[in-house]
Amino acid sequence: MSVDLNTRPRFAAGCRMAENNNQHVLLMPERALRLNGPSLEIVSRCDGQHTVAQIVGELQLLYSKAEPRKVEQDILGYLALLQKERALDFEP
Amino acid sequence: MSPSGSEANGISLPMPTTAPSPLALVAELTHRCPLHCVYCSNPLELESRASELSTETWSRVFKEAAEAGALQADLTGGEPLARPDIVELVRHARAVGLYVSLITSGLALDEGKLDLLVDAGLDHFQLSFQGAREETANEISGTKSHQHKLRVLEWIKRYRIGLTLNFVIHRRNIDELDEMLAMVESSLPGSVEFASVQYYGWAFVNRENLLPTRQQLDHCVERLNRAEEELRGKTRVVFVVPDYYAKYPKPCVGGWGRKIMLITPSGDALPCHAAPVIPGLKFENVKNRSLREIWERSEAFEKFRGEHWMQEPCKSCDRRTQDFGGCRCQAMLLTADPAATDPVCSLAPERPKIDAILAKTNQAQRAGSGAAPPANLLRNPHWLYRPNAV
Repeated sequence: MSVDLNTRPRFAAGCRMAENNNQHVLLMPERALRLNGPSLEIVSRCDGQHTVAQIVGELQLLYSKAEPRKVEQDILGYLALLQKERALDFEP
Repeated sequence: MSPSGSEANGISLPMPTTAPSPLALVAELTHRCPLHCVYCSNPLELESRASELSTETWSRVFKEAAEAGALQADLTGGEPLARPDIVELVRHARAVGLYVSLITSGLALDEGKLDLLVDAGLDHFQLSFQGAREETANEISGTKSHQHKLRVLEWIKRYRIGLTLNFVIHRRNIDELDEMLAMVESSLPGSVEFASVQYYGWAFVNRENLLPTRQQLDHCVERLNRAEEELRGKTRVVFVVPDYYAKYPKPCVGGWGRKIMLITPSGDALPCHAAPVIPGLKFENVKNRSLREIWERSEAFEKFRGEHWMQEPCKSCDRRTQDFGGCRCQAMLLTADPAATDPVCSLAPERPKIDAILAKTNQAQRAGSGAAPPANLLRNPHWLYRPNAV
């Protein structure tokens, strides 16, 4: 299942971000995911406002030393993983 | 948590050995429950209403859990809705920053109560079903409960809240898998769990009638693999295998004293819900000790934490950091030695015991009694039903 660049990811029902002892986490039913560096930058933009393409653009600027195509691939892969985990809904 | 900083002010304090913080607090709020499920994981000796912790104590426990680093609180029981203060407890747990799940049969729920729970900050419902067919579900739960659960499912769907459907599966309902999946298709919860019965508590007593046959299990695995594809991106499918059929044991509770702390209705802190079957383990009570103190220092949590207690073949096994030797309580129940390798492991010296149990199940091939359940559900001679706590 591939991620559409024009959709706007947001947290699925029952998923939210939280902070505990300076560690950001994505809380999900029965699971939690630690967020660090790039994963935190991606997940905190999954607000139903940013499109996937915008998230890619912003992170390419943020990590300007990295190969832009590699950044895009990593983000799409990570979002697909979160979709498989039912952590995200993708709004049109 | 690291043992650093142990010499503050020049005083050497006895610091704990590595005990990472608990990730989840499992709060057994009560042992009262309107259902009588024949596989209930509660102990055979249920705790009474009179011994239950107060609202204030639970609230303190939630706060201490969050401070100790826990992320999640699973409110369970018995039936957590049997607590008249359940809305307040949800509010307290959420207010201290925990992710709050309610693990419920839904039986005591009405639309008003549901609204209050969501408003109090509940994150996630785990709603259990005992089957897809009313007749089966009512027989297994010893209650006429199935229709109400279906109504509750409709109500929950009106809210944007986490939802897991939980089907506990076993020989008597595993053949209803297609119908269970149809329920999933029509409600599309975030997750569905097909949790094979694990043999502790009441399930251990009723094991002979619950253990599926090899053929049933193979069919189930094949069907769920297809379901996972069909539901991808819509509903996450989780399958808990019946570990008697597994090659290696489950990493029970994610490793003893590593991830989970369970508090019984009266406040005893357990590393695992079945831990009281292990003779001689002394449990601390949250009324007398802080959660952190119990987590880091109590004898019961230290007993099987790490690897010091392991025997061969676990001791030198490459898998010991993945499955932690399996389940201590299962080792106790089946080998009378809580430090033995979990006997479901194919490498365990006691594995032949499990094979003998499976051989008996698969020879008998009794996939169902076929007889109509008697008028009084609890008089069904096939089952030993769990009574309600008083």
